[in-house]
Amino acid sequence: MMLQFNVLAASILSQYTDFEEIDWNKMWEATKETLFMTVGSVIIVFILGLAIGLILYETSNQHSLAANITYRVVSILVNVFRSIPFIILIVLLIPVTKQLLDTMVGPKAALPALIVSSAPFYARLVETGFREIDKGVVEAVESMGANKWQVIFKVLIPESLPSIAAGITTTTISLVGFTAMAAVIGAGGLGNMAYLDGFQRNKPAVTLAATVIILIIVFLIQGIGDRIVRRVDKR
Amino acid sequence: MIELANIKKIYETKRGKLTAVDGVDLSINDGDIFGIIGYSGAGKSTLVRMFNGLEKPTSGDVTINGSKISALKGKALRSKRQKIGMIFQHFNLLWSRTVLENVLLPLEIAGVPKKEQKSKAQELIRLVGLEGREEAYPSQLSGGQKQRVGIARALANEPTLLLCDEATSALDPQTTDEVLDLLVDINQKLKLTIIIITHEMHVIRKICNRVAVMESGKVVEEGHVIDIFKKPQQEITKRFIRQDTNPDSEDTDVALSQLLTEYPEGKLIHLTFHGEQTNQPVLSRIIRQYPVELNVIQGSIQQAKEDSIGSLYVQITGDNDVIEQAIQQIKNMDVEVEVINDVTV
Ligand SMILES: Nc1ncnc2c1ncn2[C@@H]1O[C@H](COP(=O)(O)OP(=O)(O)OP(=O)(O)O)[C@@H](O)[C@H]1O
Ligand SMILES: [Mg+2]
Repeated sequence: MMLQFNVLAASILSQYTDFEEIDWNKMWEATKETLFMTVGSVIIVFILGLAIGLILYETSNQHSLAANITYRVVSILVNVFRSIPFIILIVLLIPVTKQLLDTMVGPKAALPALIVSSAPFYARLVETGFREIDKGVVEAVESMGANKWQVIFKVLIPESLPSIAAGITTTTISLVGFTAMAAVIGAGGLGNMAYLDGFQRNKPAVTLAATVIILIIVFLIQGIGDRIVRRVDKR
Repeated sequence: MIELANIKKIYETKRGKLTAVDGVDLSINDGDIFGIIGYSGAGKSTLVRMFNGLEKPTSGDVTINGSKISALKGKALRSKRQKIGMIFQHFNLLWSRTVLENVLLPLEIAGVPKKEQKSKAQELIRLVGLEGREEAYPSQLSGGQKQRVGIARALANEPTLLLCDEATSALDPQTTDEVLDLLVDINQKLKLTIIIITHEMHVIRKICNRVAVMESGKVVEEGHVIDIFKKPQQEITKRFIRQDTNPDSEDTDVALSQLLTEYPEGKLIHLTFHGEQTNQPVLSRIIRQYPVELNVIQGSIQQAKEDSIGSLYVQITGDNDVIEQAIQQIKNMDVEVEVINDVTV
């Protein structure tokens, strides 16, 4: 009984450590695809998230009818897109992506879905960051005669920088996870590698290697993110 | 010259209308250090925020040197605000900026040329006594130092008016006095008008020359600080003064009401002296002239900006007629006398 178990364990382990099976060139390509999808989407998510977060913050602070309606509409859209499971969203957006990019192959094809799913999430984090700023500080700067843009660029963004940085770190990490799912539309990347090469061709070592690389990417992002947050936080 | 004409502010709240400021008229002269005192919720902050248009009156006008602040909007209001400094109870500094950068902020907003910004900021940091701390972040400063940064920042664009909303309420007594001294200093050096909101009579006494007492959105009493201290009219004003001249006023009030019950035959009187009179031997003269007994319960002398103020609680016993004569005699010596019949705490 004991012996049988040991043999079984050894055979499982040998499957995971059969590194001969791994095509490192392909693995590197997949890594680059994952990085491309992550970095490409994060840049746009950052800009879009800041803008939407700002709109949410500003419209929630104003009392006019137009502001109220804007807040409601944007808020509902944000909640809707944030709630759709990514794997469904990516399929749902196939026609839009086709129209937009004229292609449905390669890592580029994953970008619209990645952005649409993450920008609302990040926008909420940004909005919360703005809200955490002491109202008195905003008022003090208004009392100096600052206009809206000066308030945004001299107070809102600098004073919420730790939240903005921590938020984009979290968002980036969840984006890395999403890129792995992008395999379903054939966008490539490490998820694709783990699924197609590792699972379907029965090479667990490939899956393991892809996992480790994803983990390294995630830890690096977390590490860099934490450092930046600590650097900008003078509270 | 700053004028408030029939200012009203009504907030629409979920529980109906709330009148925060209720028909205030005030005029404040250039160079004044004008105090506005009142308990929490009296409407002081609401009122002071109208001076720089952070709040719009529901009705009435705020006029500063002939221009109607309450009617200004947009760009015109913003450029006016640059000439009105404001400091706050919780300092409201930007933690993301150093001391120097915080002082630079209003200069950046006003579009002062880069080259001038730095030297102006340095000069202000010197003025408030924070030399050497330029590169510190607010989180590394004490409360008093933070308020100094607040003051430097408020003065950056050479305002003609400085608004202070409870600027010393978060500070300990020692630091409060230092900040108050600094305010007097800049009032004299820079010839600017200062409006101070507070709930401490001490602040008013130390640096203001005029004061308005607010209660439930109304100004119930107003005048020169010395006059108000000498002859307070309203109960609320007397209470503020009592709390100041005698920080343990709770104790005095208890003691007074006890004495009132213990010696119903005598009279309790509160004497207020000022200036020269504090040197007069008022009590000994009375004892010599009238067959009365005097029992000093509590006394203090306090320094106001323009004068000193003495306060004395005395129990006077003897013949009722003689007591009346003695009190009249004290009044004749130009000392304020208040007969205490009951103590309202
Ligand atoms: N934006 C607002 N909306 C509704 N009510 C308000 C608003 N601002 C102030 N009030 C109300 O107006 C009244 C006066 O408030 P204000 O802040 O002016 O008082 P205050 O004298 O400054 O008190 P404190 O010493 O506590 O600062 C209070 O009852 C307050 O609840
Ligand atoms: Mg207040």
